[in-house]
Amino acid sequence: MNAPSAPRRSRVGLVIGAVVFLGFLALMFYGVQHSDRADREALPSPLIGKPAPEFALPLLHEAGHMVTSKELLGTPYVLNVWGSWCPECRVEHPVLTRFALTKRVRVIGYNLKDEPEDALRWLEQFGNPYMLVLADRDGRAAIDWGIYGAPETFLVDARGIVRWKHVGAVDDAIIDGELVPLLDQLEAGQ
Amino acid sequence: MLVAAWTLALGMLLAHAGPAFAQAAGDPTPLQFSDAAEEARFHDLTSELRCVMCQNQSLADSNAQIAHDLRREVLDLMHQGKSDDEIVAFLVARYGEFVRYKPAVEPSTWLLWFGPALLLLGGGIVVARVVRARSRREVPAPVEDQEW
Repeated sequence: MNAPSAPRRSRVGLVIGAVVFLGFLALMFYGVQHSDRADREALPSPLIGKPAPEFALPLLHEAGHMVTSKELLGTPYVLNVWGSWCPECRVEHPVLTRFALTKRVRVIGYNLKDEPEDALRWLEQFGNPYMLVLADRDGRAAIDWGIYGAPETFLVDARGIVRWKHVGAVDDAIIDGELVPLLDQLEAGQ
Repeated sequence: MLVAAWTLALGMLLAHAGPAFAQAAGDPTPLQFSDAAEEARFHDLTSELRCVMCQNQSLADSNAQIAHDLRREVLDLMHQGKSDDEIVAFLVARYGEFVRYKPAVEPSTWLLWFGPALLLLGGGIVVARVVRARSRREVPAPVEDQEW
């Protein structure tokens, strides 16, 4: 009857099954490959490509002096969220300091939910690479930035558009591979 | 009858007050609800939202500091007269679609929404084909002199 067509059909089914199986295998491999990344649970920021939130925050070193988001426009800046309570910030601090010393871009500190004395002591102990440090004691303004911990690092361009965000400690590979190329791009575009 | 109703109401009130008291220990200024309806609405809303820090917990359940802060923000927005949708939109604009346990149906979430149905359909087709192929096969005649 249909003797010749039956094996051919089952072979097609076998091929489809093999493709699906290999697909799942590839997906699993991809998952395993990405499971050792430190930022595997980092949320992509919906702020990328959008204006940075408006804020008015006091300086850590001079509580009476308020800095607004508008005052920071004009050239790009890197905003680094940290706190003296955050162990991971201590890990990234030397890396960030080295980058800040290249004077490639303004590096602004964002001291999150910290006691001013603790924050100042921390900077004294580990060094202060920041051009200025904003103090957000109650973490209210941080919600507008979509900040949910420290360290987090943003790149904001001259017009105040958020270009990049990294959740977790930055290392040299991230700075050289992501941040610096973006800065090159921003400078080329101006 | 009336006494029973009052006892029940009092019991429910105490049961509801429980979590708020428990939270006060770690937090200097616990959340203040103006009435039970507000608390119920707050609880429903925060149960629908995912904690951004500990991603397997809802905003209502999480003990992370950011969850405390976001719960306070949610209550503040409720006091400002914002609707549930507006509050969810507020958080999505800042933390992304991730904060919702029920993400919006849009091209980037199609696979998420329809993927399982697609897999089920694929599996169903395979099963149907196998069953049909087997039913077409002739049943082998029983062997008379079989020895077990």
